[in-house]
Amino acid sequence: MKSLKICIVIAAVLAFAGVSLAGTLDDVRAKGFIQAGVNGGVFGFSMPNDKGLWEGLDVDTARAIAAAVFGDAGKVKFMPLTAVQRLPALQSKEIDVLCRNTTQTLTRETTNGLNFVAVNYYDGQGFLVPKKLGVNSAKQLDGATVCVLPGTTTELNAADFFRGSGLQWKPVVIENTAELNKAFFAGRCDCLTSDVSQLAAQRSVAPNPGDYIILPEVISKEPLAPVVRHGDDQWFDIVNFTVMALIEAEELGITSKNVDKMLKSELPQIKRFLGVTPGLGKALGLDDKWAYNIIKQVGNYGEIFERSVGPNTKLGLERGLNGLWTNGGLMYAAPFR
Amino acid sequence: MEAVASEKIPFWLNPKIRGIFYQAGVICCFAFLAWYLVSNTLHNLEKQSIATGFSFLNKESAFEVGESLISYSSADTYGRALIVGALNTLKVSFFGILLTLLLGTLVGLSRLSSNWLVSRLAALYTEVMQNIPVLLQLFFWYAVFYEMLPSPRGALNPVNGLFLCNRGVIFAVPEAHAAHKFMLLSLGIALAAAFFLRNWAKKRQATTGKHFPIFWVSAGIIAGLPVMVWLFFGAPMNMDMPALKGFNYKGGATLSPEFIALLLGLVLYTAAFVAEVVRAGVQSVSRGQTEAARSIGLRSGQVLNLVILPQALRVIVPPLTSQMLNLTKNSSLAVAIGFPDFVSVANTTINQTGQSIEGVALIMMVYLMFSLSTSAFMNWYNKKTKLIER
Amino acid sequence: MSEIISNTKLQTLKPPVTNIGVLGWIKANLFNGWFSSILTLLTILLLWNTVPPLFRWAFLNSAWTAGGSVCREIDGACWSVVVNNIRFIIFGFFPYDHQWRPLIAMLILFGLLGFSRNRNFWRRELVYAWMIGLVTMGILMRGGFFGLETVESTSWGGLPLTLLLSVFALALAYPLGVVLALGRQSRLPVIKSLCVVYIELIRGVPLISLLFMGSIIFPLFLPEGVTINTILRALVAMILFTAAYIAEVVRGGLQGMSTGQYEAADSLGLNYYLTMRLIILPQALKIVIPPTVSILISAFKDTSLVVIISLYDLLKSSQTVLSNPEWMGFSREVYIVVAILYFLGCFSMSNFSRKLEKDLDTGY
Repeated sequence: MKSLKICIVIAAVLAFAGVSLAGTLDDVRAKGFIQAGVNGGVFGFSMPNDKGLWEGLDVDTARAIAAAVFGDAGKVKFMPLTAVQRLPALQSKEIDVLCRNTTQTLTRETTNGLNFVAVNYYDGQGFLVPKKLGVNSAKQLDGATVCVLPGTTTELNAADFFRGSGLQWKPVVIENTAELNKAFFAGRCDCLTSDVSQLAAQRSVAPNPGDYIILPEVISKEPLAPVVRHGDDQWFDIVNFTVMALIEAEELGITSKNVDKMLKSELPQIKRFLGVTPGLGKALGLDDKWAYNIIKQVGNYGEIFERSVGPNTKLGLERGLNGLWTNGGLMYAAPFR
Repeated sequence: MEAVASEKIPFWLNPKIRGIFYQAGVICCFAFLAWYLVSNTLHNLEKQSIATGFSFLNKESAFEVGESLISYSSADTYGRALIVGALNTLKVSFFGILLTLLLGTLVGLSRLSSNWLVSRLAALYTEVMQNIPVLLQLFFWYAVFYEMLPSPRGALNPVNGLFLCNRGVIFAVPEAHAAHKFMLLSLGIALAAAFFLRNWAKKRQATTGKHFPIFWVSAGIIAGLPVMVWLFFGAPMNMDMPALKGFNYKGGATLSPEFIALLLGLVLYTAAFVAEVVRAGVQSVSRGQTEAARSIGLRSGQVLNLVILPQALRVIVPPLTSQMLNLTKNSSLAVAIGFPDFVSVANTTINQTGQSIEGVALIMMVYLMFSLSTSAFMNWYNKKTKLIER
Repeated sequence: MSEIISNTKLQTLKPPVTNIGVLGWIKANLFNGWFSSILTLLTILLLWNTVPPLFRWAFLNSAWTAGGSVCREIDGACWSVVVNNIRFIIFGFFPYDHQWRPLIAMLILFGLLGFSRNRNFWRRELVYAWMIGLVTMGILMRGGFFGLETVESTSWGGLPLTLLLSVFALALAYPLGVVLALGRQSRLPVIKSLCVVYIELIRGVPLISLLFMGSIIFPLFLPEGVTINTILRALVAMILFTAAYIAEVVRGGLQGMSTGQYEAADSLGLNYYLTMRLIILPQALKIVIPPTVSILISAFKDTSLVVIISLYDLLKSSQTVLSNPEWMGFSREVYIVVAILYFLGCFSMSNFSRKLEKDLDTGY
């Protein structure tokens, strides 16, 4: 009996354990999919829909990486992670890339052993309050009870803000995004603080979105970027240039609809980008069609933005800082040559 | 002799040598495992350049903690934040244990009641509460609290000075006054006096057989002395009344929804187990004891006090302690409903510093400390009750 | 003499009506003494004030299929939050079209458990049945064979996950606990002290700290590049935790064995393994069935703690439903249903233990 049980245990361990010793790219190729860590609870960034299919800007970024590596945007698996879990999960190689609205900070880059790639969403922290409180500036929040996710830069920024403005406050910290929202909408707190994009997402799913306003103050800079581990430069390059490719494609006017037509374009930068002139893919260790696959299957940054969080979605966010640099935004891709 | 023995029994069959061999094997395996894990960890930490050590304890935490027994702000260190968390754990455990003992004893005795209705109800209570996960109960009470109660502006006000809303229970407390310090001091003195009085009365009863109404006299001292001090200071009656200012109530004392939900969940859950312990303890004393005590003319209060309780307690106390420890350990579930107990603060610390090993080690160390000190106390208590035994 | 004997039949006196039948019962059990009477009246008052409103809330005024907006209008329970989301609550993120697979797996499990309840079936065949059953369940859940689409364990959730964690945690913690208990009773100092340290260490810390360790730290212990599934890590944490408690219970049973038993075994020339297997353990384990089952019941309840490391077990999937804006605010209904499910599980376990205790009672 006992040996039988031991056998079962060993079999179970073998079935569940994965071994990866080479670089991330080789590992990913060997297992046949990319394991991406996502939030799982933020509408417009990463959330499963009614059918359990993942949707959102972060999710599409991860899909773009899969398209670049495998030529198939479907070869990615998502793992919802809490704020506490996300960094250890990446450090321990449980996931290959973290696309979970994570803010780039000096500490995370250095003492946490992470590398942030190009930013895929520029955000800032704000406050969401019920209209009936009659508050129209964050400076009026003296004595407020504030719902905040623990272990995030948000929590630290809020502490800094209230301390800096000499205001009293009382944090209510619940680790799970969905639970926190529930507490806020039930009136447990006077205001909810988070990145403005997330506030918009949370308001959009409120029982009565019209009852809430986002205060005008933006109290922090939150460059949100996908994250990879320190020390794997090839993988870093791939993820980094996947994000850049999304931006570059928008700048070049290549969309998922016209990408096939663009293959015949005479412009040298488009030919290089889509791999008609070979070389760029090889340099990354990928197929030369990598950028073509991304745009064909996922779309460019503008398309992703529009369908996930843009003005026509429930979130209704403007491009703002996330517009192309040519339109006064901050989205700026390094040259593809 | 040795030579003869080894001739008869080959050394691999000698139990002593075998024992040493087995143990050496176990030590080797254990050491190898430890070395393997440690070296892996060190390698991983270095590879991913994750900081190590406890130096973060002295760094500025930069995060706020919702409720605190000592002064704390985000400018304080991680160390202080963790102390705040530990105190919150102690707070909820202390009140939880008190209330659990009360409720558990009540339910346990109700189960033994000759009243059919009462004993059935108590049985239903224990059966239901024992079989529902405590975490689920915590979520339930928390949700009930913030979904059912109104916002501060529409707070329920059943009694003057008591407000119920989804920010918690806010009640009036006596305004700070110099008398309070002295009242506390006098309470301490009264307790000590009652203790000595008890010893004296016991000794007197043992030597002379004269009975002394110890319960009423000590109750009088304990209640009377602080009241006298209070009267001496001119009976300060001013109350610190809570009032709605801005978003929340100012003044008075507040019990947050998280605290109440945690306390309620832990108490209702653990009380069911305590009730069973109490019932088993009382039942362990045979009926003959009660009948014998009655037959020598003891009143029912005396029967309970002098005959049943001393015997039942010996059965009750050990499992009761483990229930109290369970309550303390279960208070770590506070993290799920956002009460800033030690685990919750440590969790945030792990998050901000990225040093998960140190954080989890701290959690384990603190709870181990609680458990080990409790078992030390228990050993002392067991020894004491054993000495009294005969 | 004869005049003393009366021919008229004596009326057989019935006992007073207040001492027998319903009235007598009521008097003896509800109104024996003034204290009891007051208690009864108070209790009835309490029940009168709570049960009818509760009944109205739960049944008369409740909605069973209506949507969330309709539910907000009524003042009864909104059971439709459970009815309308039952598939997500039960199966979590398991792909919608494949949810028949975990369903069948669960039915197999329930069937096996039902069979195992009956001691007449405790034969070798049952072990094979369990093995075949477990393998089938594994295949059904994970897929990848017989044309079943592979479903990664990351999308397992809901009730199947809770059951999976419980079954494996209980089944594997028990033998480990017995081994630890034997180790603690061992005469070899090293083994004994290792077991003591392990048991006391684990019993001194909350389960949640072990789960954190499994979910956050454990990956750092492994050689670079080796990862182990999250569910398995949680499972291991639970096994290690439960085993320490079982060890303590079993130790109680071992200490209850008289020295004569050991000496008798020695005199028969049995070695340590055979002594334990044939003489000591069968008796010791039987004594401790009730406390063991209560440990197993708490382990079953404790599986709900994996919520905190965001595994989508039954509790978590029901919470996910509650964060859907349409169903926000109906926590009570959902939690009550989940509580009933847990209650059924725990209650049947404790019932079984009572039955087993009776069956095994050989009366010595």
